[in-house]
Amino acid sequence: MLHIKDLYTAVDNKKILEGLNLSVNVGEVHAIMGPNGSGKSTLANILAGKEGYNITQGSVSYENENLLELSPEERARKGVFLAFQYPVEIPGVNNIYLLKAALNAIRKHQGKPELDAMEFMNLVKGKMKLVQMNKDLLSRSVNEGFSGGEKKRNEIFQMAILEPKLAILDETDSGLDIDALKIVAEGVNSLRNKNRAFILVTHYQRLLNYIKPDHVHVLSKGKIVRSGGPELALELEEKGYDWIN
Amino acid sequence: MNKTIRHYLADFKQLQNIKKDDWFSKQRQSAFNIFQESGFPSTRKENWKYTDVKPITKKLFSNITNSNVVISDNEIDAILFKELECIELVFVNGAYSEKYSNIKNLPNKLTIRNMANAFVNDEDFLKKHLSQYVNDDSSSFVTLNTAFIQDGVYINVPSDLTLERPISITYISKDNSNIFATHPRNLIFMGENSKATIIENYIGIDDANYFTNAVTETSLSQGASLKHYKIQQESSNAFHIGSLNTSQNKDSRFESHSISIGGALVRNDINARLNKEGAEIMMNGLYMTDNAQHIDNHTRVDHFKPYTQSNQNYRGVLNGKSRGVFNGKVVVHPQAQKIEAYQNNANLLLSDDAEIDTKPELEIYADDVKCNHGATIGQLDNDMLFYLRSRAIDEQTARSLLTYAFADEIINNISFQSIKNKLEHLIIGRLPDSSLIREYV
Amino acid sequence: MSTNTENFEDLVKKEYEHGFVTDIDADTIPPGLSEEIIVFISKKKEEPLWLLEWRLKAYRQWLKMEDPTWAKLDIQHIDYQSISYYSAPKSKEDAPKSLDEIDPKLLETYEKLGIPLDEQKMLAGVAVDAVFDSVSVATTFKQKLADAGVIFCSFSEAVKEHPDLVKSYLGSVVPAADNFFAALNSAVFTDGSFCYIPKGVRCPMELSTYFRINASNTGQFERTLIIADEESHVSYLEGCTAPMRDENQLHAAVVELVALKDAEIKYSTVQNWYPGDENGVGGIYNFVTKRGDCRGHNSKISWTQVETGSAITWKYPSCLLKGNNSIGEFYSVAVTNNYQQADTGTKMIHIGNNTTSTIISKGISARHAQNVYRGLVKISKNANNARNYSQCDSLLMGDQCGAHTFPYIEAKNSTAQVEHEATTSKISDDQLFYCLQRGISEEDAINMIVNGFCKEVFKELPMEFAVEAQKLLGVTLEGVVG
Repeated sequence: MLHIKDLYTAVDNKKILEGLNLSVNVGEVHAIMGPNGSGKSTLANILAGKEGYNITQGSVSYENENLLELSPEERARKGVFLAFQYPVEIPGVNNIYLLKAALNAIRKHQGKPELDAMEFMNLVKGKMKLVQMNKDLLSRSVNEGFSGGEKKRNEIFQMAILEPKLAILDETDSGLDIDALKIVAEGVNSLRNKNRAFILVTHYQRLLNYIKPDHVHVLSKGKIVRSGGPELALELEEKGYDWIN
Repeated sequence: MNKTIRHYLADFKQLQNIKKDDWFSKQRQSAFNIFQESGFPSTRKENWKYTDVKPITKKLFSNITNSNVVISDNEIDAILFKELECIELVFVNGAYSEKYSNIKNLPNKLTIRNMANAFVNDEDFLKKHLSQYVNDDSSSFVTLNTAFIQDGVYINVPSDLTLERPISITYISKDNSNIFATHPRNLIFMGENSKATIIENYIGIDDANYFTNAVTETSLSQGASLKHYKIQQESSNAFHIGSLNTSQNKDSRFESHSISIGGALVRNDINARLNKEGAEIMMNGLYMTDNAQHIDNHTRVDHFKPYTQSNQNYRGVLNGKSRGVFNGKVVVHPQAQKIEAYQNNANLLLSDDAEIDTKPELEIYADDVKCNHGATIGQLDNDMLFYLRSRAIDEQTARSLLTYAFADEIINNISFQSIKNKLEHLIIGRLPDSSLIREYV
Repeated sequence: MSTNTENFEDLVKKEYEHGFVTDIDADTIPPGLSEEIIVFISKKKEEPLWLLEWRLKAYRQWLKMEDPTWAKLDIQHIDYQSISYYSAPKSKEDAPKSLDEIDPKLLETYEKLGIPLDEQKMLAGVAVDAVFDSVSVATTFKQKLADAGVIFCSFSEAVKEHPDLVKSYLGSVVPAADNFFAALNSAVFTDGSFCYIPKGVRCPMELSTYFRINASNTGQFERTLIIADEESHVSYLEGCTAPMRDENQLHAAVVELVALKDAEIKYSTVQNWYPGDENGVGGIYNFVTKRGDCRGHNSKISWTQVETGSAITWKYPSCLLKGNNSIGEFYSVAVTNNYQQADTGTKMIHIGNNTTSTIISKGISARHAQNVYRGLVKISKNANNARNYSQCDSLLMGDQCGAHTFPYIEAKNSTAQVEHEATTSKISDDQLFYCLQRGISEEDAINMIVNGFCKEVFKELPMEFAVEAQKLLGVTLEGVVG
């Protein structure tokens, strides 16, 4: 479903991705690991359509469409979801209203009827249990005053509601204690199915103890230098990132 | 003497012919003398640097107003806070309208009267208190108001009374046959440990062409608490100059919410005097301008005594070719130690032709103080925009939503739920692309 | 705390370190200002006609202007007719060829002031163009600068040697009638410094000028003009001390900086003029117009000032950010003690696209002093993507002083991002106690805390200046808090 070919990008003339190749098929879970500054978050942001990255070469196709030509909201409506590494706080914008607006925009795009308040709340109640979301967080402004763990859980909660086809989790494990990590992982695992693909961007192997990837890739200096199965992650954990250089 | 001053002088003489030689005529006369002496302020005056009042001073407003215009039930319903069951005072083109007002069934000892009536019934009190709590009594517009007082509201809340029903004061201007000026004057006296909520609502109908020159003076006795809302939605052709003054005794608390969205040229002044220990004021303000509107907010807080507090938070959303001004001044007088004063002003420029001038000032003559202020001018946050768009919300809606959220930070400081709801509604109506977000908020 | 009160007494009694008068037979004209006096000054300096005309034009405009009153300053009326507008040390007549020929008394004066005029001190890498009263008497390191193509000389010399440069840039940043004091300066300025850095040159050393006011009743009207041509770089240091005087002395200087494409000018000042005694008697009136013009794209002008002296300071080093991507900076520490008054700040005028300005202002007031930050950030209509960050902090020491902040922010472009913050505080008991508990004396603790408060500004100063500035701060504020 996703094919990244020979991708080169730069920010303020600083090269970040230098010839990245990656293919993800429906139903697969890919883990992308790499040291700080290797370009992991850049990749996640580019797939979601963040501005400010200069794509100098290469292509990204998603479901046979040129992903790079789409606006962020078009991508979201076509099923691309990014769980942010640092979800931004948006004071004054209600968390639950945002989610309802997002879901209905996606449903509208899919030609499905919009959910009314009742139907939506029923859906929310069901999904809340999944990530053990505190009900209070729903009525607050988006991410405002949330703890680090609550922000990450809110991201997974949104993912559960929006049911994307391609979910990109950018360092969702960072800053989480072990209990929160388990909850997040359970949330992800319950959403795994043959119609959905995941890209897990992470620095540590820890997350992969709870979410078993099909493929592991090591990103270094802007390109994938090694790919393998789950055993690659363990090897990396043992030997450190110096090993791949 | 220029033409405008001559015009006011002629009107003033006529007014003075009606009553003679009583205390009030004398007060009027001395106010007019000061006005005549100083004339209208020019932009060379620091206080008026960013606001040119020439559009007001070159017009000759009639002092005769038409109080017989008909306000339809629909209009009145849209204006008044019916669901709040307020104690209601309504003025039409400056004159008290018994028809729309409701000041019946008041608690014991509480006095609420329209000013014209109070001059007859409460003369002793007015003689002693009127003009005593105006802090900028050299201001041309305040003296002009004093010289031309016709009506307004007099409120005296007795000690220890907690007034549950809000008092709503509404000044409606509607008249297309006449270019007129009104000079509403409100005097609010709060007894010891009394509590009240007052809404001042200024509204114009049908693009009427007029000038509202309002002055409100308030005195808070020890332990008194007043929540004051000013909602300025004058017509798009109207001029509005309004001054709110507080004189605060020990442990009194004033909460001011000022929402300014109407008018062509508007100036809102708040002058707060924290006269005794423990006095506190919170000022919360929002101004939203569009087209060629000009809205200027001036605040001044004088901390005269130790352990006083002020906290200001003003936000502006500027669109079209409009201009916004914020000038906040905090003065900490010598020996006023242990005070806290905070001031914040944030502005959002939505269009290329909008302009904002902001000047947050501190003047501090004591050392053991906690004072800070901040001012920002900027645009919508790109990370927030991206977050919303990555959640499938289109850019235009996301922008509108974030603009609303920016303004709503101010409305959120309002504890009175039904006032809050009404104001949120008003604000959405003022946003570009408001239809996009109506269902989300 | 009682020990501190004693220190305080000592310090108050401590005489101004640089308070002495050099006895030189000055070539001084009687007080008064008229067109004749201006003609006299111009003639004495053998100036070309265009300059005389420029002066006279400024004078005529000045006559129509009034003293500015908007600053929050309590200024006694200045009688401009009681000031003498020209004074030159006599030794000028037979122009010194080297240091040996200079009046030994003068050299002695500099010695006391600690100006590094002698050879060893010169090796410290500082070229000194010392202004004694109104005439420049010594310029060093000329050769090394000349080799790099840098012109660094007295203003009078520049008028003679480089008339075209002077003519095309003089008044191009601060017009002759810009304000009351600038107009006065334009009419009667006697000397100052001139500096031109040619295209592509990085000035091989930091340039420095020491000003000094001496002869009694002599106003000083310096004129400084620095031009950094394309891709050049210069760091300029200005330092001031003045001898003790009971009468107020007027100083109305004008400094103009021009940075062309890709050029950078760093202008640092340590101002330590006589502030008057503890009763507010005497002291310098320092009314200065300083302005930098970022005329070329990618140019940068950075002002750093440490103001500890003068009875009254009126000074707003500013930047006109005309070139695209140009940068303006203002770093300031202003310390006022006793009855000193300072009204200082900056103006950042954003005109070009993608311009950036930073303002860091630290005001310290002690005893009866009044310290004002006054600043303007203006984003013009066509200045796209302008950025400004301002931070103005005040530290109050004693309950009789005042700290005031008057920032003016005007934005006419919707892409502007402006952020202003200000705080006012005193040294907290917690901070002091923490230091004392660690065995640090109160005096040292206060010094440390104050220096920490000013750190962001000090780090912008060249090394030797930073040291001097810290010392000055210590001397100025010793024993103030107790």
